[in-house]
Amino acid sequence: MSFLKTTDAEGRRVPGWQLVLRYVLLLAVLALTVGPFLWQLSTSLKGPNEDIFSSPPKFFPSDPTLDNYSRVAETIPVWDYALNSLKVASANVVTNCVGSALAGYALARLRYRGRRAATLTFILAMLVPVEGIIIAQFTTMRDLGLNNTLLGVLLPGSVGAMNVLLMRNAFLNLPVEIEEAAFVDGANVWQRFLRIALPSVRGTLAVVAIFAFMGSWDDFLWPLIVLSDPENFTLTIGLNYLHGTFANDERLVAAGTIIAVLPLIILFAGLQRFFFRGVGEGAVKG
Amino acid sequence: MKSPSPTTAAGRPSGRIRRHLPLSPWLFAAPGLIVVGAFSLYPFFSTLVNSFTDRRTLVPGSFVGLANFRELLHDEMFWTGLRNSVLYVVGVVPALVILPLLLAMLVQRHIPGITFFRSAFYTPVVASIVVVGLIWVWMLDDRGLVNAVLEAVGIGKVGFLSDQWLLLGSAMTVTVWKGLGYYMIIYLAALANVPRELHEAASVDGAGVVRRFFTVTVPAIRSTMVLVAALSSVSAFKVFSEVYLMAGPSGGPAGEDTTLVMLVQRVGTGLSGRVGYASAISVVIFVVTVGLMLLVLRADRKEDA
Repeated sequence: MSFLKTTDAEGRRVPGWQLVLRYVLLLAVLALTVGPFLWQLSTSLKGPNEDIFSSPPKFFPSDPTLDNYSRVAETIPVWDYALNSLKVASANVVTNCVGSALAGYALARLRYRGRRAATLTFILAMLVPVEGIIIAQFTTMRDLGLNNTLLGVLLPGSVGAMNVLLMRNAFLNLPVEIEEAAFVDGANVWQRFLRIALPSVRGTLAVVAIFAFMGSWDDFLWPLIVLSDPENFTLTIGLNYLHGTFANDERLVAAGTIIAVLPLIILFAGLQRFFFRGVGEGAVKG
Repeated sequence: MKSPSPTTAAGRPSGRIRRHLPLSPWLFAAPGLIVVGAFSLYPFFSTLVNSFTDRRTLVPGSFVGLANFRELLHDEMFWTGLRNSVLYVVGVVPALVILPLLLAMLVQRHIPGITFFRSAFYTPVVASIVVVGLIWVWMLDDRGLVNAVLEAVGIGKVGFLSDQWLLLGSAMTVTVWKGLGYYMIIYLAALANVPRELHEAASVDGAGVVRRFFTVTVPAIRSTMVLVAALSSVSAFKVFSEVYLMAGPSGGPAGEDTTLVMLVQRVGTGLSGRVGYASAISVVIFVVTVGLMLLVLRADRKEDA
């Protein structure tokens, strides 16, 4: 497709001046949304002898170095924190996928008394604002003896009510006839769930998995409240600690934030369509 | 916007698949029900109960009636928090209803490279609020990029992170910056459903771009705009991280930038945490959140009439 013959979705030609205007605006917004990340990356690569406060600012490091990344690891155990975040986020993916698929299937397909009550329970739970119950969650965790543990970080979000309802809708949208046929052939409920229903909702399951990972990796308020011992910090809490304690060295904080954001940007680059799909489904439901 | 209806004819469980062991549905639902019950619903009810007690982290406490709520009325910090959280809604919501819509219209056309731009605009959504907060703390620092540019063009330094009101405004800007891509995707889906014919008919009638925006686009996606208003106002009222990171744990100069959720976190945690009092503030958060939802939905209905 040549640049000047560009057409829109309906095959009509877009006038040249309009196209130029569009690209100018797109580039401006691009600078605004991605620029700050690049500036942070640039700061993290500037050596100790380079002036990071220069005016006018210099975008490209004169002598790029990875020194700040090893120095941040000497200041706080950043790789341990990253590992803690990875552990919680991975566990969160597993518990959310398993828990919401099972519960979603029960709500969508199984006939039993109390199904409406169970559905209502998940809807009500979805409406409870997390920020309003953190203190009670905190005391609950204390009662369970799980304060200051990674398990305590994981548990409250381990099966998200919204994910259960997303899975329920996915199962409801499957034609019921195939499962009926399997039932006639003698497949029990577990076989029907595992072999027929589950493979057909892989897309929704992927959305649940990605948002479970991202939600956990990015979470701040709950880990901040439940974790007090620097040994168990997740990456976001560690960065907040780094910022509060060693605020003077912008290069270190910059290196830390790049470590925290890079995995998600890579994940996003590879799995974009699921991210976008999740926004649509989550917004309609939530 | 299409909302998958939960009771489509195809989806209703037919009478024929009924037989399974009587317990198995409960076994399937159990993990979800236990988690949601123990960590959402139970804390919700215990928040309500605790708000009428003087419970502390290490002291079980006893029933004190409305004492916590009476104390709220005289607590200046509570009013500061309420003011800031309400201001946050007022400042952030209009921007998040309008800007992402304009952005969605900008990336709507399938011109070369548009997928790249859409993804790039979504990047701030993917990043943790901590990363975003710290990036902007550095950008808006007295010696940071924004002030360096302002100085270079002769405007001079601005104390984005030291003045009480500029701090709140900076935090709002960061919230909007991080939310743009998310609501852009929601609007894109809605714009795709606006019938092309409406735009064409309006063009034939001589309506320009601006006119068509107000007479065709806005009415066609109004329900999505209401949805965005509802979602963004609820989350704006509960703002915590942006202000906590930019203004610091104590909420800026003299705590004047404290928001309600920051107050809950400050009052209710730690070994001397006042669980009862923090729960009373939480109850106010519940009430206002529900109130905001109802307000937005009501505004929608009024326009319908």
